[in-house]
Amino acid sequence: IKYKKKKKEWQTATTIIAVEFNGGVVLGSDSRVSAGETVVNRVMNKLSLLHDKIYCALSGSAADAQTIAEMVNYQLDVHSIEIGEDPQVRSAATLVKNISYKYKEELSAHLIVAGWDRRGGGQVFVTLNGLLSRQPFAVGGSGSSYVYGFVDAEYQKGMSKEDCQQFVVNTISLAMSRDGSSGGVAYLVTIDEKGAEEKCILGNELPTFYDQ
Amino acid sequence: MERHYMDSKIKGVSTGTTILAVTFNGGVIIGSDSRASMGGNYVCSKTINKLIQVHDRIFCCIAGSLADAQAVTKTAKFQISLHSIQMESPPLVKAAASVMKELCYNNKEELQAGFITAGWDKKKGPQVYTVALGGMLLSLPFTIGGSGSTYIYGYTDAKYKPDMSREECLQFATNALALAMGRDNVSGGVAHLVVITEGGVEHVVIPGDKLPKFHDE
Repeated sequence: IKYKKKKKEWQTATTIIAVEFNGGVVLGSDSRVSAGETVVNRVMNKLSLLHDKIYCALSGSAADAQTIAEMVNYQLDVHSIEIGEDPQVRSAATLVKNISYKYKEELSAHLIVAGWDRRGGGQVFVTLNGLLSRQPFAVGGSGSSYVYGFVDAEYQKGMSKEDCQQFVVNTISLAMSRDGSSGGVAYLVTIDEKGAEEKCILGNELPTFYDQ
Repeated sequence: MERHYMDSKIKGVSTGTTILAVTFNGGVIIGSDSRASMGGNYVCSKTINKLIQVHDRIFCCIAGSLADAQAVTKTAKFQISLHSIQMESPPLVKAAASVMKELCYNNKEELQAGFITAGWDKKKGPQVYTVALGGMLLSLPFTIGGSGSTYIYGYTDAKYKPDMSREECLQFATNALALAMGRDNVSGGVAHLVVITEGGVEHVVIPGDKLPKFHDE
């Protein structure tokens, strides 16, 4: 991910992750927004609602990411009225991808779209720079570099909901401890057939590892 | 995703690489990949050995510009041998690390390489030292370095335990190298590992197809 450091622009240099489990998805993120070296918001929730059972995780330029999320939220509402039922996760991801691709030169935001729908169950899509790809799990943001090894080693197909939540919390905690641009609290959203459940885990309740 | 700072500024052949050293109960394991690349596109060598023996029980591994690394390790090897003859005893790991540090610090404008020194001596047993780019010397229970190390910070933070057994440590080091090689395009080839204990030195080479595989392979 190209982390463009525009002068004084607010960046959500960040850690975001979305993982599929047996029956749904779990999204997670940290909460730091920086402008250069200053932290301008230490409790921002980077998991945005696109629809009842579809959320997206924001990273890159804060303004760009939020705008894309709002536009897609509106477009999805219209779309779901037109088809008369809940939209598919793939549709939401395609709408995000269309905007990212069309305005590729002007925007610098990367959104991970994840949710649950009746046809496909839990799904995670990446929309980096206008690409659309479905993956079992996805990480993004500056903090993600440090945890590629960890998620590669620890991810297993068909985890239970609790295991998946623990996996996401561990990953975010490790990334926050190594990445200067990630920190604060951890936000978690679990989406399954019954709906979406939001959770916030404070800094001192996060898991600690060997050197902490 | 940010590329590791070291890589983008090196001209010529660089060991864009993954190196690590981990202490365990009774010894230390030092390991690396085996790829040497030029400009991030061309692999100059698939089987280069980045683990240099500077004394009987002290090894060093190099990350960064290959020319700088070879020049520094040759000089260090000579200085450590001379020191050991003068002292009439095997050198301390800390002494070897200090020699590397002096060379890095005094030539900090010209050099572009980071080092990990690991070994066993009678005074303190197994030790790992890291010399960073500007010449800072740190003693740690385990350390990782090179461009591929960015991707395994999370994994090593989570999985390292003090006082592991030799087998556990070997598995930890192999897994970490395999994960880094899987994500970093300038690390790859075979995994070279050296196990250093009081009793001696043992080389383990793990070819690419025998490395542990993870969920997506």
